[in-house]
Amino acid sequence: MQSAPSPLPRPRRVLVVVPAWNERTSVGWVVRDVRTHHPDMDVLVVDDGSGDDTTAVATAAGAAVCRLPFNLGVGGAMRAGYRYALREGYDAVVQVDADGQHDVTYLPALLAALDDADVVVGARFAGEGDYAARGPRRWAMRLLATVLSWLAHRPLDDVTSGFRAVNRRGIQLFATHYPAEYLGDTVESLVIAVRTGCRIAQVPVAMRERTTGQASQSTLRSVLYLSRAVVALGLALVRRWPAALESVPAELA
Amino acid sequence: MRANLVLGVLGSLVTLGLLFEMMRRQRLREKYAVFWAVVAVLTLVVAAFPVLLTEAAQVAGVTVPANLLFFVASMLLLVVSVQHSSELGRLEERTRTLAEEVGLLRLQVQQAAEAARHAAEADVDERA
Repeated sequence: MQSAPSPLPRPRRVLVVVPAWNERTSVGWVVRDVRTHHPDMDVLVVDDGSGDDTTAVATAAGAAVCRLPFNLGVGGAMRAGYRYALREGYDAVVQVDADGQHDVTYLPALLAALDDADVVVGARFAGEGDYAARGPRRWAMRLLATVLSWLAHRPLDDVTSGFRAVNRRGIQLFATHYPAEYLGDTVESLVIAVRTGCRIAQVPVAMRERTTGQASQSTLRSVLYLSRAVVALGLALVRRWPAALESVPAELA
Repeated sequence: MRANLVLGVLGSLVTLGLLFEMMRRQRLREKYAVFWAVVAVLTLVVAAFPVLLTEAAQVAGVTVPANLLFFVASMLLLVVSVQHSSELGRLEERTRTLAEEVGLLRLQVQQAAEAARHAAEADVDERA
């Protein structure tokens, strides 16, 4: 009677959260893509107050859909996703964008990296793929990456990536603290994770072409992005974490 | 001087009347009304006894008394605006939390209904 030693502890129940705002053209495809490649994972689409039939398309594709009554931004949609994961007792959450630019074949790599990290970021500049940004936007990303690498004591090349996996500890953290402000969902959430003692790791990924939409590239926008990034990062650094909140999820209270 | 008195008294009386009417119709919460009522009463006092303002200006070392009035008034408005901005932020955070909860509850209700329907169907199949 000898039971085989259990294999490396892997996250058991995985929830893929897809924040979607007016993504009827791509969300169905993304959901089917996840379900085809990873039938063991559950998919939750958070319809962030869409004016189109995103909810219907996602439901038809076989996802559970949480429909927000109005638009909250990615931060609000993701916090709802984390709260759902917490309530339903998932072991890991992976965020995948609804526009189809995140390649779901990287999911196992992201999840595997959770073995010795609480938050894993799919990084676009870390070797794989040919993602590139120019001008002020690039400087902003560089600056953010440098500061966060220094904070996390690990090299982080792409802190604005929305492609990330999070374990139980991260779920508990983000179900309570997930900023709704612009850039808060990416940069500030990482700062919160670092400041509360989570370990952060990155996995190099290649991005697909966006099936819909265009990344904004005009100079003015980039400058705006840079200044907002600096403000967001500066504030995140001087804030007190974990902040005292009045709306702690019932599961954690 | 006459015009100042009339304007000040008229202004503060109108403000007080408006506050009372809004509170009567439950369009204004007491906590805000109290603050504005105090402001209106102070305006009334200063309008009735302008010498108070002149003396205060002398004490503060302000040459033109009206400047002291303007300074105090704008600081007051600034404080109120900042207070309202912070209140607004708090309300936004609460609205956000409520929106997330509504979305999750809607999903929960839908899943419960579906589960109940499946159970009922299974029950029917068993009996058949």
